[in-house]
Amino acid sequence: MILLPSNHNLADRILRFICWICGSLVLSFFAFLFFDILIQGYEKLSIAYIFSNSLNAGRAGGIAPMLVSTFLLLLLSLVIALPISIGSAIYLAEYTNEKQWFSRFIRLSLSMLASVPSIVMGMFGYAFFVIALNLGFSILSGALTLAAMILPLLIRNIEDTLRNIPDIHRLNASALGLSKFRTIFQILLPMANQGIFLALILGIGRAMAETAALLYTSGYVTRMPDTIFDSGRSLSVHIFDLSMNVPGGEQSAYGSALVLVLFLLSINILTHWIGQKIQLRSIT
Amino acid sequence: MFPHTRDTLLFFTLISLVGISVICLLFIIFYLVSESSIILSEINLRHYFFDDSWHPSENQFLLLPMIVGSLFITIGAMFLAIPLGIFTAILCQFYVPNWLSQSLQRIVEILSGIPSVVYGFWGVVVIVPLLATIQAPGTSLLAGVIVLTFIIMPGIVLIANNAFQNVEKMHLHNAIALGLSRYSIIRHIVFPSAQRGLLSGIILQSGRAIGETLAVLMVCGNVVQFPGNIFEPIRTLTSNIALEMAYAMDLHRSALFLSGLILMLVVLTLILLAERFELSTKTT
Amino acid sequence: MASCSPQQPTPDLKRNKPITLSGKLTITGSSTIAPLAAELAKQFEKQHPNTKVDVQTGGSSRGITDIRRGTSDIGMVSRKLKSNESDLTSHLLAKDGVSIIVHKSNPILELSEHQIKQIYLNKIDNWKLLNGMDKKITVINKAEGRSTLEVFLKHFNLNNTQIKPSIIIGDNEQAVKLVANNPHAIAYVSIGTAEYDIGLGVPIKTLALNGIPANKKALISKQFPLSRELNFITKENISALTIAFINFSQSKTANSIIEGFGFVPTHP
Repeated sequence: MILLPSNHNLADRILRFICWICGSLVLSFFAFLFFDILIQGYEKLSIAYIFSNSLNAGRAGGIAPMLVSTFLLLLLSLVIALPISIGSAIYLAEYTNEKQWFSRFIRLSLSMLASVPSIVMGMFGYAFFVIALNLGFSILSGALTLAAMILPLLIRNIEDTLRNIPDIHRLNASALGLSKFRTIFQILLPMANQGIFLALILGIGRAMAETAALLYTSGYVTRMPDTIFDSGRSLSVHIFDLSMNVPGGEQSAYGSALVLVLFLLSINILTHWIGQKIQLRSIT
Repeated sequence: MFPHTRDTLLFFTLISLVGISVICLLFIIFYLVSESSIILSEINLRHYFFDDSWHPSENQFLLLPMIVGSLFITIGAMFLAIPLGIFTAILCQFYVPNWLSQSLQRIVEILSGIPSVVYGFWGVVVIVPLLATIQAPGTSLLAGVIVLTFIIMPGIVLIANNAFQNVEKMHLHNAIALGLSRYSIIRHIVFPSAQRGLLSGIILQSGRAIGETLAVLMVCGNVVQFPGNIFEPIRTLTSNIALEMAYAMDLHRSALFLSGLILMLVVLTLILLAERFELSTKTT
Repeated sequence: MASCSPQQPTPDLKRNKPITLSGKLTITGSSTIAPLAAELAKQFEKQHPNTKVDVQTGGSSRGITDIRRGTSDIGMVSRKLKSNESDLTSHLLAKDGVSIIVHKSNPILELSEHQIKQIYLNKIDNWKLLNGMDKKITVINKAEGRSTLEVFLKHFNLNNTQIKPSIIIGDNEQAVKLVANNPHAIAYVSIGTAEYDIGLGVPIKTLALNGIPANKKALISKQFPLSRELNFITKENISALTIAFINFSQSKTANSIIEGFGFVPTHP
């Protein structure tokens, strides 16, 4: 970020004024939102809240089942999506070049996949995973749908990371007579670590925010899921249900929203911290 | 094929993984199209624009109010979010000290990760009652625009920040050396450079805005009508699907799928447009 | 009627022999019945720890489609079965009605059928025309496909195209929530849902229809005009687990649960 010199002319002053107004407006609105959630949700926050079951349609009790469902959904969708996306990204980055028709076809397909609105994805997930494959309303159905949604994101990011690795490394490996397999797994992938990790975080963020698609695939049940074949409610679905369908559910919704925001906050801090560590390691 | 057997194995594994992604997408497209075809064969396209109303139980399939609803709410939100977002980014990049800039960026990152349900929930408990005091019922086009603005604004700030940071430092140094004022530099050098990236990012965010379902469902009132003023309730295409999909049968369902397909095509066009802009940034 | 399922032997229901039941039941359908079904499910699971009963909403039509398709074991339908649904069997669960609700602070105590019709047709658009407060009426209507909407329309002889609502909602509870938050709103919901929420302290109240108050007594005595059946429906061949659950929901223990939700049990 370069500090530009200010000549204190009128245009500069006006621009600065406008920017400060906009900036303050934006910040104050978001601050208002955040503090509202913080203050109203704080009363709900306690160890009991996080670890106990929910009662009375969510008005009372805790959000343990929702947290578990959310966690399972995330984990499962990543487990499904990661191998496919890393594999596809490696293929695209290392075996094709950007101008080939196949690569462009896949890029187009991925763009199309990314453009499916989440509710439409939900419809598809319902008809295919829930009904046709007879998985029923379950964490598995939800995770499969989520995986399909984050696939384009993951592939795009990992592929970009791989392509950004300078060719010199590949040439060196080739000169040394290394097999493609070794080149990829022992040289390129470790270098792409940070990028892959970042893509992962983006994927998690996207998956956590998803609500509409989950409504129709993993269901509404407030019970603690025993297996991935059980129905479960993610935290976002819980907030939605509380604010729309449960009179008097606002308090609990505030609490859940607070938990969600705090969780995202910690992921963000974690990401930056790990990102810094990786950078330090690559320098030394 | 490859000198090492490992490589051949790897190649085929990768190809199959890529294949899964493509098959997944083709499935979804195929499913969408086949479900929509039912109504396409029965009801002429004209009906979506010229029927009397949307009452599928009476064979009325006028989609126009919802298309208009989606359009208005997206344009309204972009209208607010783009200037606010860009000016905030300018503030962040050029008018505040470095430490503040970094913190602001982190805050915006977190904000962009918050699920839209949280914003929707906040809209229900704060914005809608507020608007209700001006004009009942409170759930309205305006409420939807406000909530949607909250949702896409962090994304726009992030993109703008990114675009501004990607301006060649050399250009800025040269400009400073030539004695140009801050305002001139921002207006005549930074902006043109960042234009393409900005445009591409904005188009992507508009795609996200159009696809937003639950948050707008929560605050818009969901009445199928052409809004007379911004305080009147509206229904978007996405909320329409979410509201009625589960309860819809046969022809009704097919009509909803068709609207989903249309949505997807619109978002796809936007994404492809955005990519064209981004690619041209890379070459210049 | 009991058919053999691969899991357990045909139960001898009349003699109440304790049987170990296991397996999973899926119940889908009307969102009015869903909370009740969920509670029944919970109690049933307590009695038979190896079972799992999942309840999902989706509307009465969904209940029927899912049963036919075989994706659910029991369907929840908040109306009588139609003539073209004779391939299915209905098991009466409870009686319910549809009542108009307004905010607790609204001075209006009852409305006539004509008045309600006028309100929904937007011919009466201000409470003061009914000797109430001088505020516009916020009319809440249900989205298409819900059977509560159908019951309402049929009784008042209206077409959905004629109604000019201010807000459209999806489920009963949404209507309750909106009315609770808005002193000038009017909506119609299942009596059971309304009574349940009033019991929880939600600030709404039901209005008498044509002089008959919307409560259980009127439903039992069959005087309340807008009443309807709540049914569990099944196909011809059903598993022992399904039979057990249906029997449970029609038993005396279930009656108190049904009453707790504001509905009227039919097997006293």
